[in-house]
Amino acid sequence: MIYWQIFWAFFLTNILGYGGGPPTIPLIQNEVVNHYHWMTVEEFGETLALANALPSPINTKLGGYIGYQVGGVLGAVIAFVATVAPTAIAMILLLRFMSIFRDAPQVKAMMRSIRPIIAILLGVLAFQFFKNSVHAAGWIHTLILGLAGYLLLQKIKTHPALIIAGAMVYGIVFIH
Amino acid sequence: MVYWQLFIAFFRIGIFGYGGGPSMIPLFHAECVKKYNWVSADEFADYLALGNALPGPIATKMASYVGYKTKGWIGALIAILAVSLPVLLLMILLLHFVYALKDSGYVNGMIQAVQPIIGVMMAILAYEFIAKGWKEAANQKGIWLASSIISLAAILLLHIHPGILVGIALLGSFLYSTWQIKRMKEKYPNKGA
Repeated sequence: MIYWQIFWAFFLTNILGYGGGPPTIPLIQNEVVNHYHWMTVEEFGETLALANALPSPINTKLGGYIGYQVGGVLGAVIAFVATVAPTAIAMILLLRFMSIFRDAPQVKAMMRSIRPIIAILLGVLAFQFFKNSVHAAGWIHTLILGLAGYLLLQKIKTHPALIIAGAMVYGIVFIH
Repeated sequence: MVYWQLFIAFFRIGIFGYGGGPSMIPLFHAECVKKYNWVSADEFADYLALGNALPGPIATKMASYVGYKTKGWIGALIAILAVSLPVLLLMILLLHFVYALKDSGYVNGMIQAVQPIIGVMMAILAYEFIAKGWKEAANQKGIWLASSIISLAAILLLHIHPGILVGIALLGSFLYSTWQIKRMKEKYPNKGA
């Protein structure tokens, strides 16, 4: 039952994968390469490189693409649903639960307690993006892009999508 | 109309979100909080934290939350599909074309150039959240400062996953506030009953 295997492989990896898409990749590799032998390590590496070269969430790309390779269109649909649906539904149930108890003092205290964590996490992520960028593109490109990005975002209030598109053009011209 | 806006907003997030879910957080914020006001900044931070405590991809969790909040189950479906499906289809349908991009220096340059922009957006968001948290902490600034420093040390030095921190904070604050309410009721048994 190939479709059941596809569902199970992607359901399990995304339920066990903690911390968003990228940390889940080794789990997916384990299922796809070692457990079900749908791909060799090299093929998986190629697929991952391809997925990384494109925008949008990484797990849905990996799931959908591998599902399609193994089980055609139906395989792609099943892998996509198995990747997305369980945690999307969990999120909605959480939202409904929280809005029922929105005014309970406990829920207010709980929400207050998690806000500093997320602010700090964003700060840490920002630092990591800069660090990666200095490492990959050098500090001159990082400084130029960072400053230009800051001015456009904060002073001119340009839409982030436009700034990213502009940065891509800069990357093609100056960094390649 | 809102369905169309949901589609466009999440389509943009998916198309310009390079580097997996976490790099899309500032884009989610820009579309859902700043541009369309579907959720408040506080709520966004809360559900980002809760989403981090659940397993699975973060981008589709955020899409399902904002989509559902705005337009119910159909809204959630539209948001999830808009953020992830277009590029997946592109990858499957134009395989031979996109395969050439994999090792292309141009694509590499593009991805590298996006990193500092994401970094700046992330830093602005972090600054806004920290400034807001400091202001709202009012007479509890000590607690706020302590939990921020503990979080920073736990993430950077001990490499504890933020989702675990969120879980601990939720449990701790639930138990503490329940105990406080119980104590208040014992102290003032007639009040509010």
